[in-house]
Amino acid sequence: MQFASYDTAGFYDEMFEAGGRPRTHAHLLLETIESLSDGQLLRYQHAAEQVLLQMGITFNVYGDSAGAERIFPFDLVPRIVPAAEWDRIERGLRQRIHALNLFIDDIYHQQKILKDGAIPREVIESAASYRPQCHGLNPPRGVWCHITGTDLVRDRDGCYYVLEDNLRVPSGVSYVLENREVLKRIFPKVFEGLPVRPVNEYTSKLLEMLESIAPSRSAGGHVVLLTPGIYNSAYFEHSFLAQQMGVQLVEGRDLVVSRKSVYMRTTKGLERVDVIYRRIDDDFLDPEAFRKDSLLGVPGLMDAYREGHVALANAPGNGVADDKVIYAYVPDMIRYYEAEDPILPNVPTYLCWRDGDRQYVLENLEKLVVKSANESGGYGMLVGPHSTAAEREEFAARVKAQPRNYIAQPTLALSRVPTIVGDHFEGRHVDLRPYVLYGKDIYVLPGGLTRVAMRKGSLVVNSSQGGGSKDTWVLAAQPTPAGTAPHPAPEGIQQ
Amino acid sequence: MTIVPAKPLLSRVADSVYWMSRYIERAENVARFMDVNLHLALDSTANAVTSYTSQWQPIVDTSGDRAVFLERYGSAMRENVIRFLAFDDHNPNSICACVRAARENARSVRETISSEMWEQVNSLYLLLTGAAGNVSPDELPAFFRSVRMGCHLFEGITAATMSHNEAWHFCRLARCLERADKTTRILDVKYYVLLPSISDVGTPYDDIQWAAVLKSVSGFEMYRKRHGRILPDTIVDFLLLDAEFPRAVRHSIGHADQSLHAITGTPAGGFGCPSEQRLGQLRSELDFADVNSILLDGLHEFLDGLQTKMNTIDECVQGDFFVHAPAMSAAG
Repeated sequence: MQFASYDTAGFYDEMFEAGGRPRTHAHLLLETIESLSDGQLLRYQHAAEQVLLQMGITFNVYGDSAGAERIFPFDLVPRIVPAAEWDRIERGLRQRIHALNLFIDDIYHQQKILKDGAIPREVIESAASYRPQCHGLNPPRGVWCHITGTDLVRDRDGCYYVLEDNLRVPSGVSYVLENREVLKRIFPKVFEGLPVRPVNEYTSKLLEMLESIAPSRSAGGHVVLLTPGIYNSAYFEHSFLAQQMGVQLVEGRDLVVSRKSVYMRTTKGLERVDVIYRRIDDDFLDPEAFRKDSLLGVPGLMDAYREGHVALANAPGNGVADDKVIYAYVPDMIRYYEAEDPILPNVPTYLCWRDGDRQYVLENLEKLVVKSANESGGYGMLVGPHSTAAEREEFAARVKAQPRNYIAQPTLALSRVPTIVGDHFEGRHVDLRPYVLYGKDIYVLPGGLTRVAMRKGSLVVNSSQGGGSKDTWVLAAQPTPAGTAPHPAPEGIQQ
Repeated sequence: MTIVPAKPLLSRVADSVYWMSRYIERAENVARFMDVNLHLALDSTANAVTSYTSQWQPIVDTSGDRAVFLERYGSAMRENVIRFLAFDDHNPNSICACVRAARENARSVRETISSEMWEQVNSLYLLLTGAAGNVSPDELPAFFRSVRMGCHLFEGITAATMSHNEAWHFCRLARCLERADKTTRILDVKYYVLLPSISDVGTPYDDIQWAAVLKSVSGFEMYRKRHGRILPDTIVDFLLLDAEFPRAVRHSIGHADQSLHAITGTPAGGFGCPSEQRLGQLRSELDFADVNSILLDGLHEFLDGLQTKMNTIDECVQGDFFVHAPAMSAAG
């Protein structure tokens, strides 16, 4: 398959410059793909999909017929991030996560940032994900956001923006690791010639981080991963991570709290648990503390947590910073706590509870993306340019009824990557979700999930909405071996 | 060398690997029974046409689902028995349902079993969902063979890729109990069907029928090596009390007993919980049994007793390992 007819017009393309010239870091990959015989890439693509199906790397779609499993659509053409671009992303993420963590700790303690007026108090107290139950809690090392999956997007100008922070229970990292395994099998020569940074250390880093937050009782500590169960859309990832770390995968019914400590039911009786990597939302974690009707959680868990007898990652309550209204204040948090300017900018955001913003939003719905403040996964969202008049009317009514609950952002012209469509390549829009771990220190996985909107023109990359994924190659800064990639390192990103 | 204590096994996980293993064994047995019966039907002579039904009905009976079958399908014919035992989603003991249940269980313990085991049970599932009743009569023997080989492969992968730890012993315990149960059932049904036809004794057809019983448990060749002539009493001895044949009840119960002791850590020859006591009793009963007295007292009664005992063992395993009410163990 050739790139001769590939159209780069109108958007920032990750692989080609505006005139259609390949970017420096993409040469080797493009040459390799073009040198394949007719149909070979499609055969590889088919083989990769078969492998994923055989391995049962599938997810469940909510609202689909019971038990329906699909493979997460996967495109063989990777996205490449040059070293200098990545360096900026990594510094930006460290700065951002550090500030967010200070913010959450502050909110559940002295609330200095509110007292100083940097963020309006009512914005916090009206956030659905704010948990008054978490006041005064002191998670080990003062860390609240242990695992973050920040969503980044690139606009027409090539600049990276933070779209969402995803502090609660971010998923997708298993696809990063699995996609890499598939691509190493298919493009071994390209990996030999390009300094692609490995991603497979992630599960070791994750386990290290989880063990670092164990209560002092035990060295290392007994770590478990808490899943809602096999019908959860991310169940594959839960079992994959537990398996790779060698920790037990538990469900709520496996755990029991006794004398403010957490135990699991084993064939030899009850065994103490020290650290829980929970993949269950706050709401369902403990029916005694949060939602009474939760069958997934563990009654009394929050008591044990409050006593410091068990560590939870992520810390309950950290979702307050995931609220999309509060998101708008993250640049202010960075200035407030770190006295620095944000390295990675936010997407400009209109807050509908402000009268002026709301009026602008209602008058420009067809240009904007409107989001509910507390939803994720591409649910509760209006993409203005792709919407019908009826949908806009419905959203206008919702915005007027609950202005606090809605924000709007300009529709970004997301960057594109060549993607296999039928028997040729077409540009498809992508975002990028890097993963950040915070324990003793902050670790940024050199890679991430590149989600791709498989439908032509679509800007929605969520897997629940028909999105797929690509492998993400972060290049190392050191010069490559002579003769393999004779091109100079690319410039820093354009601003 | 420091000894690192083994990680405790969750009760739910033990429960799931137990059933995963049992369902795979069950699927393999059903596929084998049907495969053998398809071949047997080809050997039936004209005067055996009357027993056409009785060849398929016993297969249903070995699954223990006679009543359900009669209610849903009426008289047993080749097509409806195959549908019921291979593809019927509403029959929890059909091959399809067993493989689906095995996979659901495997899915919930993917972090405990090896990736290879999961991929194999998933392949088996994809084979069955791909077939989904679309197997033509000509393809049936090949299909049943694929199912059997898929199940064997799972067992082999389990032995070769999973540490022989506590969870693995639950797999083996389950497999051995299921296997012993299925051997008693095929023996019970076939003996009952074959014995009344005194007129057939010594005819080629009788030989074929008894050979089919052995083939139903993949035991024909091993029997020949051990005993030579096809004699009903020797066959009963072989299938019940042989110490070496892997589908013989005594062999299976012996291995189940070993695994149970490996799980609990109780020294051999004693017991620490009800399941261990019951299984040990059954093991010694088989170790010291004599086929002539079994036949004298009535084979059916003996087999019936075995099945009841094995059901009780299953219930005891449930109570001893899978159910842990928080009140049971005083945590502190």
